Amino acid sequence: MSEQVLLKNKREDGQPASIDDYRESGGYEALARVVRDMTPDEVIQTVLDSGLRGRGGAGFPAGRKWSFVHKDAPHPRYIQPNTDEMEPGTFKDRVLVNTDPHLVIEGIILAGYAVRASKGLFFIRPSYESDASLIERELEVAREAGLVGKNILGSDFSFEIDLHRSAGRYICGEGSAQANAIMGNRPNPNKTGHMTDNGLWGHPTVVNNVETLASVPHIIRNGVEWFKGLAATPTGDGTKLYCVSGEVTAPGCFELPMGTTLGDILFEHAGGMLPGAEFKACLPGGASTSFMPPGQLSTPMDFESMKAVGQRLGTGSIIVFDKKTCLVQATINMLTYFARESCGFCTPCREGVPYMLHLLRRIEAGEAGEREVRILEETANRMRHAYCGFAPGAAAPVQGLLKYFRDEVREHLDGRGCPFEGPREKPKPGDWHVLDREEA
Amino acid sequence: MLPEELETQIRDMLGDAEHGREKIVDIVYLLQNHYGYLCDEAVGHASRLTGMTLVEIEELATFYDFIYREPVGRFVIHVCDGVVCWMHHENDIFGYLCDLLGVGLGETTPDGIFTIMPTACLGDCHNAPAMLINGRFYGKLTPEKVGKIIADLRENAEHTPLCLCR
Repeated sequence: MSEQVLLKNKREDGQPASIDDYRESGGYEALARVVRDMTPDEVIQTVLDSGLRGRGGAGFPAGRKWSFVHKDAPHPRYIQPNTDEMEPGTFKDRVLVNTDPHLVIEGIILAGYAVRASKGLFFIRPSYESDASLIERELEVAREAGLVGKNILGSDFSFEIDLHRSAGRYICGEGSAQANAIMGNRPNPNKTGHMTDNGLWGHPTVVNNVETLASVPHIIRNGVEWFKGLAATPTGDGTKLYCVSGEVTAPGCFELPMGTTLGDILFEHAGGMLPGAEFKACLPGGASTSFMPPGQLSTPMDFESMKAVGQRLGTGSIIVFDKKTCLVQATINMLTYFARESCGFCTPCREGVPYMLHLLRRIEAGEAGEREVRILEETANRMRHAYCGFAPGAAAPVQGLLKYFRDEVREHLDGRGCPFEGPREKPKPGDWHVLDREEA
Repeated sequence: MLPEELETQIRDMLGDAEHGREKIVDIVYLLQNHYGYLCDEAVGHASRLTGMTLVEIEELATFYDFIYREPVGRFVIHVCDGVVCWMHHENDIFGYLCDLLGVGLGETTPDGIFTIMPTACLGDCHNAPAMLINGRFYGKLTPEKVGKIIADLRENAEHTPLCLCR
């Protein structure tokens, strides 16, 4: 197994690492060094030099995001650690928080130090209630140890962390929508300014995914060159938590060098395809990325290598589909999800996503022809005009379907319907006869 | 009237917060668990205690998944309908649950114990198909497994404490 960094304190009994476990492995040494020997600017420069990129999907360099908070920007400033994790297929943050909660907590404090913030608001989805309770409990432990709160480790740096429980909605993963959620407003996105200028309560706010933050203590402790050396490719940075799910033998969350090839992740680490199954396609980074065909299995899974083949790494959560699965049906499932989760704030998303779903259902039923396929493609391409990144994300699997599996789509057209009927027929998404009980 | 203890708990929560409004979701959760769902009376209390208007509370209540404006059972069964659970035949689980409990999706059993809800990807994809009940994940579901889980919950319904985000 390659070097484990983020998951190195994984316990055999499945319990989360305690603060003692974490300290034994060098935990909180980075924080001690930072408050004693480093200026906030030096911390930012170190993270910048490490090349650490955001693990929440967008891949924005973490150090650059931090450097956007101007030195003379008003106080208080906030850190918004993001564990909304509602991207279908993604469960890495849950694994991370449950493995080593103090690693996440130290990462948050270090980010707070770097931008001279006074508070972190840890955002967590309601399905992860057990994680929320765990973080609350461990925050109390950290507070008692003088690691969170006033004058951390005797320094003049004070930083508090509060937990914000969400009540569940995919759009809350979008930074500005999440800020609205925390402030008690309806969580529509707000793109009137940049979060680092105008975030929570109009103050500078840095939104980071918790996997990103968890790399920071290791970078400070072991150095930039060590971190760069962890990656499998020159364009990669550190290690990555890849989630694999779908029709593979050993689904799970694997910490591997950033830039490990898709084929190695699936066939070496996730055990390959289930007996009788054959690889047809995968979504590389959750439901809001495009399908990847078998021809792309040798692609290194880092941000730049994926971009070079016209793909997005997203959250690095790989959903694997078998030859016998109808990808039109799979896309219908995802668009049903996106149509339900759209916040409805802007027209392209509110109207466009259900329209794509409608067209896909007609294709699936054999009620469409080439004309509808063209309209579907055009609608998907126009989702880029939406207010935030939600609708372009929802369009990504549609675009992938039409780009790589157009022949399969065509087999459905002009009265033919789904060619995947048969003994292993999948239930059709949205086909919940029970829903229509009253009307029947 | 709210029980004094709950009223005090909410007032303290608001008093400790830097911005009272940031606590609205927590307050709604507390009221929801007290009444069983977020009834009109609960919305009224949330408004009275936070100073937010009824419409502002409604705006949130209708936005979020885990806030229920209509009565739900003691246990809400959140069955994942994400794409991974779908490929693992999650619809069989819906079908089995509905038959077993004799209710449709979104409906509550006559004894007031269970409500079945389809829900967004739960983040338990490596254990698909999965469901979440009262803060606990149940994965690699089969009809037999589901039957046992339901029987156990039903037997211990009164003694099982409810989690905040149920």
